[in-house]
Amino acid sequence: MEMKILGQEESAAKSGCAASSCGSNDDQLSHLPDHIREKVHNHPCYSEEAHHYFARMHVAVAPACNIQCHYCNRKYDCANESRPGVVSELLTPEQAIKKTLAVAAEIPQMTVLGIAGPGDPLANPERTFATFRALSEQAPDIKLCVSTNGLALPDCVDELAKHNIDHVTITINCVDPEVGAKIYPWIFWENRRIRGKKAAKILIERQQKGLEMLTERGILVKVNSVMIPGVNDEHLKEVSRIVKAKGAFLHNVMPLIAEAEHGTFYGIMGQRSPSSAELQALQDACAGDMNMMRHCRQCRADAVGLLGEDRGDEFTLDKIEEMNIDYSEAMKHRAEVHAKIEEELTRKNAEKAAAKQGTQFVSLSSLMPAKATRPVLMAVATSGGGMINQHFGHAREFLVYEASATGVRFIGHRKTDLYCSGNDTCGDGDSVLAQTIRALEGCEAVLCSKIGYEPWGMLEDAGIVPNGEHAMEPIEEAVAAVYREMLESGALDAPREEAKQATA
Amino acid sequence: MALSIIESCVNCWACEPICPSQAIFEARPHFIIDPKKCTECEGDHADPQCASICPIEGAILDALGEAVNAPGSLTGIPPHRMEAALAEIQAR
Repeated sequence: MEMKILGQEESAAKSGCAASSCGSNDDQLSHLPDHIREKVHNHPCYSEEAHHYFARMHVAVAPACNIQCHYCNRKYDCANESRPGVVSELLTPEQAIKKTLAVAAEIPQMTVLGIAGPGDPLANPERTFATFRALSEQAPDIKLCVSTNGLALPDCVDELAKHNIDHVTITINCVDPEVGAKIYPWIFWENRRIRGKKAAKILIERQQKGLEMLTERGILVKVNSVMIPGVNDEHLKEVSRIVKAKGAFLHNVMPLIAEAEHGTFYGIMGQRSPSSAELQALQDACAGDMNMMRHCRQCRADAVGLLGEDRGDEFTLDKIEEMNIDYSEAMKHRAEVHAKIEEELTRKNAEKAAAKQGTQFVSLSSLMPAKATRPVLMAVATSGGGMINQHFGHAREFLVYEASATGVRFIGHRKTDLYCSGNDTCGDGDSVLAQTIRALEGCEAVLCSKIGYEPWGMLEDAGIVPNGEHAMEPIEEAVAAVYREMLESGALDAPREEAKQATA
Repeated sequence: MALSIIESCVNCWACEPICPSQAIFEARPHFIIDPKKCTECEGDHADPQCASICPIEGAILDALGEAVNAPGSLTGIPPHRMEAALAEIQAR
C-alpha cells in the first residue's frame, strides 16, 4: 500500500507542469484579492498552476435534471466518451462517500471533490447534500464544489454555505430570453413544464439571483458558458461583462460539443461547433472584462485524477468495495504530500521571480523583433515539466502558444482524439492523423521531440511546419526561437494564407 | 386511471421525489408506477408531475397507453430528422 502511494506520488511529480503556461500565465488569477487566491491556489480546475499538481474527482450522484439543454442528451452513456454529463456508473451517496475516501487515500494529490451531474446536482438536493454533509465531516481536507444550471440555486444557497462549499460553478449561456429560447427547450418549474422564452426568462432570473446570493455570502463563483456559433457567440461578451460585475471570479467559455451520434438537438440538427480560432477570439474579447480560464478539459461527470486524465477505472464500485480505508491515517499522508507540493510551488515561484529579474526575461524580449510583426500560433507536444519532450505520435493533446512581437503566451490546448477514444467502431473512420492535423488548424508550426516521416509530409501539406530541433528545451524559449527563425527567413512578411501556398 | 413507465426510462430519478402520491418506485430494469396509488395528480397539480419532468419522449404512457410526451415534443428534434440521422449513422 505504502509503496503504491509512493509510486503514484512519483508519477504525479513527473507529470508535473505540462504547460509551462503556468509560468507565464498564472497571473490569470493575480488580480484577485488574497483571500480568494488562497482558496483557489490548490484547486486544479481554477488555477492554471495548480492543475499540474493537484487532482480532482467528480462523483455521479445526481441523475435528475430540471431543465433540458440542446447540447445534452439524457439517454447517452458511452464509456469512450469524455465530455460533461456523461457517466458510466450512478452512485448512491453512501457509495460516493466511500469512493471519495478511497480515491483521496490512493491519490493524495486529490484535493477537490465535485458534484456535476450527470443531471443537475441541485435538482437532486437530498443526494447531493447527503454526500457533501458526510464528506465535510469525514474528510475536512477535501474541498467541495458543485456545478449547476442555476434553476434551483437560490433555494440552495443557505444549505451550500452550511457545508463549507466555497466553490460553485453556474452554467450561464445567456442573459437574454430570446437567445435562451434557442438553447433551452424547456424547464420544470413550480410543478409545470414551461417552454420557450418564458422558460428561458425564469432560468436566467434564477441564475442571476443565485450568482448574486453566492457572492454576497463570499462563496466563489465561476461561470461556465458553452459557445454556440450563431446562437450565443456574440452575446457571451455581454454575459461576461454582467457576471463579472456581479462578482463571478472566473469565466470559462467552452466550445460546444455536438455530433449527430450524441443524439442531441444540436448534434442532429447540424449545429456546428466553434473552430479553435473562433473560441480563442471570443475568449480574448471577453478577457478585457474578465479573467478567462483557458485550460478547461471539459471532463466527464465521473472523472478521477489530474485534469486531462481519467483514472475512474481504478475505482469502480466492485473495486472500492474491497478497499479498506483508514481515513485518519490517510489524512496524515495527504498532508505530507500537500506540503511537499506547496514547497515545490513556492520554490518554482521564487525561481520564476528571480529569472524575471535576471537574464531570462531580457533574452526572451531581445529575441523579439523591434517592428510589429504578425502573431503566429504554434503547437507543442509535451509530457510535462514545461519542456518540449513528447513524440508527435504520442501526443494526446497539444498545447498552443501564440508568439508575437510582445512575447509568447499560452492560448489553450487541442485534443487529438476529439473526445472519443473508440477506434473503428465509432466516429467517421477518419484516420487519427488526419484528425490530429485538423485539430492543429491555424497553427503554423508544431514543436515536438521527434516525428515520423508520414506525419511530417502530411503536416507540411497542411501548411504546418514540423520542428524537432528544440527537443528537451523549455517551451517558451523554443517558441520564441522558432518565431525569430520565421522572422529571419521572411516567413512573417507574408500573411498566413500566402505563406501556406508558398510551402505547398 | 394511472400512468405507467416503460422500458425507455433511463432511471434518472427525476420523477420519484415529486410524485404527490408516492406512487413511483425505483426498480430494475426501470422505475415503475404503482397503478393503485397513481392519481395522475388529479386534485394535486394541473399536470401529472412525472410526465412534466421526464426528459425521455415516450417513456411515460397515459391510461390509454399513449405516450404523454410524443416524439420531438421534448428535444425539439423533428422525428424525421432523428430517423435520418440514425439511418446515416448506421450506414457508416
